[in-house]
Amino acid sequence: MRATEATTTLRREVEICNACRYCEGFCAVFPALELKREFVEADLSYLANLCHNCRGCYYACQYAPPHEWGINLPRSFAEVRAESYEEYAWPKPLAGLFQRNGVVVALATAAAIALVLILTMLVQAPGMIFAKRAVLPGEFYAVIPLWAMQVIGIATFGFSLVALAMSVGNFWRDAGSERRLTLGAIAHALHDIATLRNLGGGGHGCNDNSERFSMVRRRLHHAMAYGFLLCFAATCVGFVYDTMLGWAAPYAFLSVPVLLGTIGGIGLLAGTGGLFAMKLVDDPMPAARNLLGADVALLLLLALAAATGIVLLALRATSLMPIMLALHLGVILALFVTLPYSKMVHGLYRSAALLRNAIEKDQAPLGGGGG
Amino acid sequence: MPDLTKIYDVLVAGGGNAALCAAITARQAGASVLLLEHAPRAFRGGNSRHTRNLRAMHERPTDVLTDAYQEDEYWDDLKRVTGGNTDEGLARMTIRASSGVFGWMQDCGVRFQPSLTGTLNLSRTNAFFLGGGKALVNAYYLTAERLGVVVAYDSEVLALKMCDGTVRDVDITYRGYPYTVQARCVIASSGGFQANLDWMRQYWGDAVDNFVIRGTPYNRGKLLKNLLDQGVASVGDPTQCHAVALDARAPKFDGGITTRLDSVPYSVVVNRHGDRFYDEGEDVWPKRYAIWGRLIAQQPGQIAYSLFDAKALKLFMPSVYPAVRGDSIGELATKLGLDPVKVQDTVAKYNAAIGTGVFNNTGLDGCGTVGLDPPKTNWARSIDTPPYYGYPLRPGITFTYLGVRVNERAQVLMEDGQPTGNLYASGEIMAGNILGRGYLAGFGMTIGTVFGRIAGQEAARHARN
Repeated sequence: MRATEATTTLRREVEICNACRYCEGFCAVFPALELKREFVEADLSYLANLCHNCRGCYYACQYAPPHEWGINLPRSFAEVRAESYEEYAWPKPLAGLFQRNGVVVALATAAAIALVLILTMLVQAPGMIFAKRAVLPGEFYAVIPLWAMQVIGIATFGFSLVALAMSVGNFWRDAGSERRLTLGAIAHALHDIATLRNLGGGGHGCNDNSERFSMVRRRLHHAMAYGFLLCFAATCVGFVYDTMLGWAAPYAFLSVPVLLGTIGGIGLLAGTGGLFAMKLVDDPMPAARNLLGADVALLLLLALAAATGIVLLALRATSLMPIMLALHLGVILALFVTLPYSKMVHGLYRSAALLRNAIEKDQAPLGGGGG
Repeated sequence: MPDLTKIYDVLVAGGGNAALCAAITARQAGASVLLLEHAPRAFRGGNSRHTRNLRAMHERPTDVLTDAYQEDEYWDDLKRVTGGNTDEGLARMTIRASSGVFGWMQDCGVRFQPSLTGTLNLSRTNAFFLGGGKALVNAYYLTAERLGVVVAYDSEVLALKMCDGTVRDVDITYRGYPYTVQARCVIASSGGFQANLDWMRQYWGDAVDNFVIRGTPYNRGKLLKNLLDQGVASVGDPTQCHAVALDARAPKFDGGITTRLDSVPYSVVVNRHGDRFYDEGEDVWPKRYAIWGRLIAQQPGQIAYSLFDAKALKLFMPSVYPAVRGDSIGELATKLGLDPVKVQDTVAKYNAAIGTGVFNNTGLDGCGTVGLDPPKTNWARSIDTPPYYGYPLRPGITFTYLGVRVNERAQVLMEDGQPTGNLYASGEIMAGNILGRGYLAGFGMTIGTVFGRIAGQEAARHARN
């Protein structure tokens, strides 16, 4: 991790935190920083990615602005986090996509939708696009050929997986743990990831936009994240049905992929909608204003994926099916393509940071003995 | 804007822990309550925003305290630190009441956590607030507002107009404008006067210019002075204050906990002439850190320097400022603005006097100097491993001891011993009744909580009758 204005600011702040330690009950960040006396950029990157942005420490801080020290950890962590996404991005020439990321994701989405719509038009006979449809097996492939879906899907998603793996590898080499990985640590990290244990201020909730504690954000994130996973599971089951079992889509309402996708889609919509609504009434102080674009772009992209999927399900027996299918697949393509170059990467780096934290949590903090 | 024309049942002067406990308790008892906080909202909470725990008696382990801490042990601790400068009746009442405050605090939204690293010696006696004192203050303000306590920030109580021991009117400023407010009862919870440097100067002279005030700049003691001028009985030595050793680079006010330095027992401390002046290893640091503020205040220029080597760097909590570093004692001394020859000589004499004990930082190790004056009786190791480090130290004032005398119902007493008609006190402004000298970690919050609740209860009852 390179030295920047953001890392300099964050270093000054965590050194003050290390002399105070009042917040150590809130989350994993504070016990982790107590293991250090000096913080190199890689340590700051690790701590920044470990921070879940619950803001408990901001509202509890006796040195928060307007105090002359102006400690604002949630904002400083967010800024270093954003820089770390750029730092670890693979391949390097694409790292610049993390600057003005909201615009990038929005444009990529628009482009992907347009591309799929145009290609769909091109492969259809004139007039067929708005023809009456029935819910018959293979009907989707009459609109967009299966091979096209598979080739584009596997190519883009495959590339994104490789890019994500390379990125998280970069993170781990720079800011990972030097100690040995154990099964126990992996289990501990998985538990922290699955439960968002650190997004709860020691179990009492986040400070959404005031001194008040609330579990709203954690629950909305769960709805969104698990909704996303269910949708992804639906896609995987569909892939297996089609390529391995030879059962062509679309599937019945009560089939496994449709049920998974519907429940997941509703969760995604509820989660992203709620999180977006929270942005509207946010406290601007602990938030990093220049990152709002990236946050909102991903929320809207996920919401769009869920919404178009649900509308496609509702309209699949009508003449609007081809348009909706193209729209939905356009959004999914955008999601696949931007996966390693959107806020989506936060999940991966945070998971890696939680893994380092789990590996090192048995170490004793430095200092002690004071009254 | 808060309604300042209404006659409230209870007016609370102050906005820290003791004021909030009083206001919430009075409101829960059915009184209408106006709370006047001198600070703006961002700096609300007085010195409570810099605290982190509360000392509580308990018979058996609880969810936030280990083992047991019984009344007699608590009382012995208090008797020892105050040198008997306390009121046993009030003290024992406070100690007993401290075991029963947790349910109420948790109902008010206060959350606790396991004791902090570096303070394991306190996990048995003190309950730590999750997020520290500001989080506690936030929880109390949320509760007070939810219950309908009227809170006015930027509101300083200037004077209580008393007649025959009863408060008639209250002169305040609200956002800089003067108002006269009326209330059936008044609770004074406005803290000490340590932020009023002109008042401090009466006792300390120009040395106060070199003092650092650890807490809020809003504790000006205006109400305290006004009460004492009207014949209210005082307690506590006006010249005394709790003072610790702080990093000399600390801000003048509100530096809080992070500027304190725990390096003294692992170092030698010299004054600006390069001379040692006190036994750095006299006792474990929690029992000794509060004497070092006074010791440094008595040195020329009210400054001292804690010097140690690489062996000691990681034995204590870091301060917020990096230690000054030198590859030799001479270089370090020069960087600190000290005479290098003199400091080298002081360190050489100290190194030559090291005895034969085995260093052990987990307790009194008896590893002391031989034939040195003043001696260092524990943790004396040669300062010989570069790089060398040093911190400049100044006296940091935590609070003053002067206050108003109260009885067990939190009623403020007049000089003739009679209780005032409708005036109560809680917190630092009356803590001198119980803690007349010395310091006991977390006890200020105990006094504030216990007397805040008593004052709120009594004032609400008085207002009803």
